[in-house]
Amino acid sequence: MAGAAPIVLLEEVVKVYRLGDVDVPALRGVSISVAAGEFVAIMGASGSGKSTLMNIIGCLDRPTSGRYALAGQEVAGLSKGRLAELRNRTLGFVFQNFNLLPRTDALDNVELPLVYGGVHGRERRERAREALEQVGLGGRLHHHPNQLSGGQQQRVAIARALVGRPKLLLADEPTGNLDSRTSVEVIALLQSLGRSGLTVLLVTHEPDIARHAERVVVVRDGRVQSDERRVPVPAVPLEAEEAAP
Amino acid sequence: MNPLQTFRVALRALWRNKLRSFLTALGIIIGVGAVIAMVAIGQGARAKVEQTFAAMGTNLLIVMSGTTTAGGAHGGFGSMPTLTWGDLKAIQTEAPAVRYAAASLRTAAQVLSDDGNWTTSVIGTSPDYFQVRAWPIADGRLFDESDEDAAAKVAVLGRTVADQLYGPGISPVGQTVRISSVPFEVVGVLARKGQSPMGQDYDDAVFVPDTTFRAKIQGGLVNYIAGVVFVSAISADATARAQAEVAGILRERHHIPEGTADDFDVRNLAELASASEQGTRTLTALLASIAAVSLLVGGIGIMNIMLVSVTERTREIGLRMAIGARPRDVLAQFLVEALVLASGGGVIGVGLGVGLAHWLAGKFDWPFALQPAVILLSVGFSGLVGVVFGLYPARKASRLDPIEALRYE
Repeated sequence: MAGAAPIVLLEEVVKVYRLGDVDVPALRGVSISVAAGEFVAIMGASGSGKSTLMNIIGCLDRPTSGRYALAGQEVAGLSKGRLAELRNRTLGFVFQNFNLLPRTDALDNVELPLVYGGVHGRERRERAREALEQVGLGGRLHHHPNQLSGGQQQRVAIARALVGRPKLLLADEPTGNLDSRTSVEVIALLQSLGRSGLTVLLVTHEPDIARHAERVVVVRDGRVQSDERRVPVPAVPLEAEEAAP
Repeated sequence: MNPLQTFRVALRALWRNKLRSFLTALGIIIGVGAVIAMVAIGQGARAKVEQTFAAMGTNLLIVMSGTTTAGGAHGGFGSMPTLTWGDLKAIQTEAPAVRYAAASLRTAAQVLSDDGNWTTSVIGTSPDYFQVRAWPIADGRLFDESDEDAAAKVAVLGRTVADQLYGPGISPVGQTVRISSVPFEVVGVLARKGQSPMGQDYDDAVFVPDTTFRAKIQGGLVNYIAGVVFVSAISADATARAQAEVAGILRERHHIPEGTADDFDVRNLAELASASEQGTRTLTALLASIAAVSLLVGGIGIMNIMLVSVTERTREIGLRMAIGARPRDVLAQFLVEALVLASGGGVIGVGLGVGLAHWLAGKFDWPFALQPAVILLSVGFSGLVGVVFGLYPARKASRLDPIEALRYE
C-alpha cells in the first residue's frame, strides 16, 4: 500500500447499540483521517462517544455503518480471528489501568504480543528487552508489576505496545491512574515516540494532557465537534518538572 | 500461535497459581490413584486365586466314593468305599478326555528318622499322581511303576517333612525313615508347593507307592479304593467333558439305573476356580467403578475451578484478545490448562496408586499384578476428563467480548 495512505480513515461512521428495544446511538457519523506520524488527542466528556470511537479504531468493535480503514486495510467484514491478527500486527494498546499480567515479570509481559504474533525464542526476548530499554526500564526486566511504581508499570505497558512495531499506538486515558508528576513523564515518553515517527492516538478528558498533542479532536454527542491543529506543540518541560512542588 | 507456545502459555498461567493448580489436580490425583490401587488389588487377588488353584493341580477332577447311610444318618462322600481299582483302570483307559488318573490313599502317621520324628500325612499313590498335581521333584527321584509293582519300600518326602526330619538344606536322599515301624528308603524330595486355598500345607506329606501303602501301612479292602481318585483332563476346556465321561463309566460299572443317584461324586476344581475368579473379577469391577466415580468428581472439580479462573481472569483474557489473541488461541489456552491439570494429576495419581498397590500387595502377600494397559487407560481417561470438563469454561473464555472483558472489575 502507498505510504500516502492515512493510518486511520473513518468515513461517516455510525455506531448504534441496542439496549432491549431501544436503539442508543453512540456515534452519529464520524469522519476522521489521521496521517502517519501524527500525534492526535481525542477529547470528550464521558458519554460523548469517545470510548466507542476508540474501540472502533482499535478494531475491538465494528461500526454499524460507515467505512473504516486501518493502515489501508478495510476492517468491515473481518472475522474475530482476522481482527485479532490485525490488532496484533498494526496496533499497540496502552490502557488506563495498565493491564499487566500479575506475578509475571516485565520481560514476559512485554513479550506477550510477540507470542501471539508467532515470533520465537531469542528474537522475541531480544525485542522485548529492546522495548523495555526504549522506555527506560532496561534495569527492571525481571521485576513483577507489584514491585514497580504506577509510572513504571505504565512504561512496561507502553513497551508492550511498542514491541510489535505497530503503525498506530492507541493510548486510552494513559495517565488516568497516575499522579501529575508521573503523568508528565508518560506524556513526554509518548511525545518522544511521536517525534520518532510513530502515529499516536491519545484519548483523554483532561485538557492539560491534550494540549501536548499537535492535533486535538473534540467529540460530543457522537459527533466531531472540533478538529484543530496547533503549531507549534509545547514540549513537556522536563527540566522544569524537577523544580515543581 | 503454535501448540508448543499454547502449552507454554498454559503452563505459565498454572504456575502463577501453584497452590490452586495443585488442589485442582488433587481430585484427579486421588481419583486415578484410587482406580489404579483398586484394579491392582483386584488383579492381585485374582492372581493369588489362580496361583492357589494352579497349585492344586492342572485341570483337576477329584472322584470320591459314595455315601453310607446307617440308621438314617447319612455319612459324607467317601464314607463308603464304592470305587474299585478296576474303576480306576477303566477311567485311565476308557475316558478319552482324561490324561492321568491316580488313587490317593491317606492316613496320618508318625515318621521317624535317625534323630527326629514328625507326624504327618502318609499318602499311598502312583507315579501319575505327581503328573496330575503338576508337582516336580526337587532332589533325588520319584518312585516309578516298577517300585509300584514290587511294592518297594521307597518314600518321597514333601519339603516340610524333609526340613522337619533332617533340617533345611540337608539332602535326605538315601536315608531311611520308619513309617508305622516299617523302614522306607527316601528316594526323593518334592519341590515346594505351598498352601491350599484353605491354608493347608501341601508340603507336609510323605508319598509311598499305593501297593506298599496297602501292604505295609494300612491294609483293609483289597478291591476297593479307600481314598479318592485324582483325575487330570487333557486340557482346561476338557474338564467338563472328562467329568461326564468319568461319571458315565462309573455309573455303567456300578450298574446304576436311570433315575437313581450316583454312588460317587466327581468334583470339578476348574469350575470352582473359575467361579472364584469370577468373584474376584466382579469385585475388581465394583471397586474400579467406585474409584471411577471419584475420577468424575475430580473432573467436575476441574470444571469448577476453570470457571472461577475464567471469571477471575476476565481482564487478562480481554487484554490477550486486545493484543492479538484470536478466540481459538484463548480456547486452546484454557483447554490445555485443563488438560495439563487433569493429565498431570493422572500421572501423579498413577505413581500414588502404584505405590499404594505395591504396599498393599506386600501387606497381604499378594503378587503385585498391574497391567500397563490399566495405567495407560487411566492416564488417558484423566486427560479425556480434562478436555470434556475444560471445554465449557474454555469456550466461555474464548467468546468473551474484549471490550467488556477489559472493563471487567
